[in-house]
Amino acid sequence: MTGSTVARAIAARDLRKAYGDTVVLDGIDIDVPAGSVFALLGPNGAGKTTAVHVLSTLIPADGGTAAVAGHDVAIEPDAVRAAIGVTGQFSAVDGLLTGAENLRLMADLHHLDRAVVDGRVADLLERFDLVDAATQTTATYSGGMRRRLDLAMTLVGDPRVIFLDEPTTGLDPRSRRALWQQVRDLVATGVTIFLTTQYLEEADQLADRIALLDGGRIVAEGTPAELKRLVPGGHIRLTFDDPAQLDAAALALAGSERDDDALALDVPGGSDIARLRAVLERLDRDGIAVEGLGIHSPDLDDVFLAMTGGHR
Amino acid sequence: MSTVTFALRDSATMLRRNLRHMRRYPSLTFMLVGMPVVFLLLFVYVFGGTVGGNLPGVDGTGRRAYADYLAPGILVVTVVGTATGTAIGIAMDMTEGIIARFRTMAIFRPSILFGHVVGAVIQSMIAVVFVTVVALGVGFRPNASPVEWLAAVGVIAMVSVALTWLAVALGLVARTVESASNLPMPLLLLPFFGSAFVPTDTLPGPLRWFADHQPFTPIIETLRGLLLGTAIGAHGVVSVAWCLGIALLGFVWARAAFERNVARPAR
Repeated sequence: MTGSTVARAIAARDLRKAYGDTVVLDGIDIDVPAGSVFALLGPNGAGKTTAVHVLSTLIPADGGTAAVAGHDVAIEPDAVRAAIGVTGQFSAVDGLLTGAENLRLMADLHHLDRAVVDGRVADLLERFDLVDAATQTTATYSGGMRRRLDLAMTLVGDPRVIFLDEPTTGLDPRSRRALWQQVRDLVATGVTIFLTTQYLEEADQLADRIALLDGGRIVAEGTPAELKRLVPGGHIRLTFDDPAQLDAAALALAGSERDDDALALDVPGGSDIARLRAVLERLDRDGIAVEGLGIHSPDLDDVFLAMTGGHR
Repeated sequence: MSTVTFALRDSATMLRRNLRHMRRYPSLTFMLVGMPVVFLLLFVYVFGGTVGGNLPGVDGTGRRAYADYLAPGILVVTVVGTATGTAIGIAMDMTEGIIARFRTMAIFRPSILFGHVVGAVIQSMIAVVFVTVVALGVGFRPNASPVEWLAAVGVIAMVSVALTWLAVALGLVARTVESASNLPMPLLLLPFFGSAFVPTDTLPGPLRWFADHQPFTPIIETLRGLLLGTAIGAHGVVSVAWCLGIALLGFVWARAAFERNVARPAR
């Protein structure tokens, strides 16, 4: 095996999967260097979860090859399984067991030495803020608690490669930020993370590299900064009472797009505070009366519109 | 550690998980004991007075005689009942995300099924003990020697293992939990068309032929012979053959169904 292969935690070539006539993965290539965070970004139905299922040995691919932690997923699935941890989109905790029992179950299945199990379980409960809930059955847990326990269970076996399939879908903003911090802490320990998400912000916050998946194909790939350059920035939408004011504003703010029916003007060039201030100052200077103002930040839709030419 | 040690250790872990589930969710176990007890009381007290007087080849008359005749059949019905519970249990378990997690771990995969089977056999033995106690309370008077008792326990365990593997397969091929609870229904009815409640001699022609050639009749006759001293004859060997066949079918079918499920997880 060559040195470059060892340094790649995940390497997939021309991965294909179809269910009947429905093509879910239409030949995707993935390269994730060891110790980095890779985000697969895409809308529902793009094939993100299927990609995770194939790479985590849950389902076989129809075509192509994939190696995880240096082992082919089709030829040595058990070697792959021994190196990975998976936190799926749907809660993978045992609802009839307590938090501590769930962690112990994982420890037993990883054949951990009985002497280290207690310490490991106590550590994880502490780290994921589950000490108080440790002896309650997980059926009583909130969504955020279940997700934390889920991730803690994934970590019991000290995996080198961790798959997180939409880890924050359905979480409130506070739990989401807490989970992001957990992921950052994990990255600091040197593990490789393969993340899927529908949120541009999440990929931006966590990932070293992002691939955009749409209709089973990777339509763009790069660092967050590279991708953002491809995406049209946000815009500011101004609305007016009076067509004359709209005319004046359109003249003052060159390059903006007018919507005469709505008496509105979309001003491109970003939607951050500095841009907002500049636009408002310009309107002030010309004495133009604005009736309303809206801010449109770039989101996943914009990214996809840009990447797929609007065919969605 | 060797592969065999890992296999045993993982199976023990899964068994502990299933036993915990039974403790946390005891209503299913109560239901499994309740059904045969209701049958027992119903048949002994409602029909026993009449049927008990007309049993060819059975000593004594009335309810007490019928309680003796009925008890071995009810014990087999108890085992069938627990097996149907297993089909529901495994179908429910397969909808849980944790099964997908197990599949991404380097564990001995069949341990997931072994845990269910051994757990269900333990559950059915517990249910059989309960039902036996109730049967003794309504007049069941077995005359078995310790060796015959031991053999009877062996027969019940053998039937339980066989039916549980079949139930696991049915639970795995069922697409929903509801269909998992319906699929094993024919199994529950089979003892009624056998020698559980009345001797097969009393049945009309074709039904009698069916009763004499289906698996539950020899099993019940073997158990009856061990507990009450009636003739066993070839029933013992036929029972063992049926149980081996059912167990093998269930095992192979369950393994195949479990691996096939991997190919189409919920997306």
